[in-house]
Amino acid sequence: MAIVAETTKFSKFAWPILAWGVALIFFFPIFWMVLTSFKTDADAVKPEFLLWFTPTLENYANMTDNYDYWRFATNSIITSVSATLLTLIVGVPCAYAMAFDPSRGTKDILMWMLSTKMLPAAAVLYPMIFLAKGLGIYDTHFLVIMVLCLINLPIVIWMLFTYFKDIPKDIIEAGKMDGLNTWGEVREILIPLAWGGIASTALLAFIFCWNEAYWTVRLTTIDAATLSKLIEGNRAPEGLFFGRLSAVSTAAVGPIVILGWFCQKQLVQGLTFGAVK
Amino acid sequence: MGRIALNKVKKVFGDVEVIPPLDLTIDDGEFVVFVGPSGCGKSTLLRMIAGLEDLTAGAIEIDDEDVTEVPPSKRGLAMVFQSYALYPHMTVRKNIAFPMRMAGIDEATQNAKIDAAAKSLNLTDYLDRKPGQLSGGQRQRVAIGRAIVREPAAFLFDEPLSNLDAALRVGMRLEIMELHKKLETTMIYVTHDQVEAMTMADKIVVLQAGVIEQVGSPLELYHTPRNKFVAGFIGSPKMNLIEGAEAEKHGAASIGIRPEHLTVSKSEGTWKGRVGVAEHLGSDTFIHVHDTGLMDMMTVRINGDIDARHGDTIYLSPQVDQIHRFDAQDLRIA
Repeated sequence: MAIVAETTKFSKFAWPILAWGVALIFFFPIFWMVLTSFKTDADAVKPEFLLWFTPTLENYANMTDNYDYWRFATNSIITSVSATLLTLIVGVPCAYAMAFDPSRGTKDILMWMLSTKMLPAAAVLYPMIFLAKGLGIYDTHFLVIMVLCLINLPIVIWMLFTYFKDIPKDIIEAGKMDGLNTWGEVREILIPLAWGGIASTALLAFIFCWNEAYWTVRLTTIDAATLSKLIEGNRAPEGLFFGRLSAVSTAAVGPIVILGWFCQKQLVQGLTFGAVK
Repeated sequence: MGRIALNKVKKVFGDVEVIPPLDLTIDDGEFVVFVGPSGCGKSTLLRMIAGLEDLTAGAIEIDDEDVTEVPPSKRGLAMVFQSYALYPHMTVRKNIAFPMRMAGIDEATQNAKIDAAAKSLNLTDYLDRKPGQLSGGQRQRVAIGRAIVREPAAFLFDEPLSNLDAALRVGMRLEIMELHKKLETTMIYVTHDQVEAMTMADKIVVLQAGVIEQVGSPLELYHTPRNKFVAGFIGSPKMNLIEGAEAEKHGAASIGIRPEHLTVSKSEGTWKGRVGVAEHLGSDTFIHVHDTGLMDMMTVRINGDIDARHGDTIYLSPQVDQIHRFDAQDLRIA
């Protein structure tokens, strides 16, 4: 009994403290970034001004006036939204076919798709750049959308496949008997039943697209440059401009953090998909 | 109309021949039950008729029209699944309306049919509920309602009662039989439960490993099983099948005697054994008899009750005219 009581006491206090501790460790860099974004570049590097400083909006003004923040933000929105939609347009039928009409090769195809994620991006960087330049699509929205779509497609198809597998095949077959064609099955049964799964998949895909930096930085210069490129551009080639960099970073991650906050439930569901069955 | 003919229908999955070429005709208005042990191909056969499974070879005709290549929805058949397969995101009303909506039937007609179906299936109070808020029996009634409103050429039932508890199963069985009497539409019903087959069917098709072992009325199958498999499969409790010297006495490789065709005595009889478990049902008693030297365990069915205790010696005598004889190929000897 004593042990049980002690354990209860322990879990009552220790776990919350531990949880808060971990949360703070994770949150601290973001907190620091936001804080730093309100400091001048000079204050930003002085440890004595860690918490007590005179806040300024100079960095934000600078960002919108001199660095054309809105153009980068618009590019991010255009490419992330388009790539997410395209990924779903390709991924939903693909996962549907794999879940409800599997062939002998379906499992191998799923594994192969996942294996493409194991390929180091650097290995195909130069071929990609040469291809893009050769085709005249370097630094275009089209290129960024295609690349974002392709790198997310394996994960999206896997996630959708897992959700679709949960839908009893009988229901699809009942639909067939009742007069649905393939598109009808998707529209009338699949999408309504897997709506939660599709939404959380879309949300994750959108976040991946928004945060993607490796390819967007290297395949764009100006016209299709996203917020990742803006951060990269402020990486202080002429010195340490932490204030400015923090402002740009805050403005870049802000929208996605807010979106993530409102969609917490779907995100958790998406990240733990298949965990509880 | 709903006359269905299967001509040399064959199904192969990979290297496995699930259904060797098979012929079968189902007449208009007939209630046909496909029965057999699990894995015998009965569900596959039904799904082939429905169009949910492709044929490897052969042809299916509905009302003399070849429908082999026709998609499921164009065959004019309605199917009721074991899992009910209702659309969980739609209300009962929308579920029942669904096939009519797909067929482009106007809303007034839809509503009239829904109301009629709901009334006959006792679903009127549940039309605005979702399937998740219904009991198993109610869900199955919705599935039947969804099938009825299509006015199909034939109903296909794939083990529709397997997910229901025993009491409900008996009730639903009667409802389906009532429905058949009322609609006089062809019904094909798949089950592994031979009691369902016996009580419901006009015609039973006994399948084993994709092969039709016998087609006939329930009583034909009961009285004159074509082979040992049918003899053992139809009837509950199972027929006692005896091989060896005792069978040779009757000029057969094996003989079968149903539990109800054995008489029991405590003092004398043809075969002697020891009472194992006795199952008292009130109206009947099933006694399992061991150590007869004929087979592992014989089952006897007697009307009413009997005072038989575990371990008692008991004598059994077969009604000689009720003995079924089978040859070395397990076929019935007339």
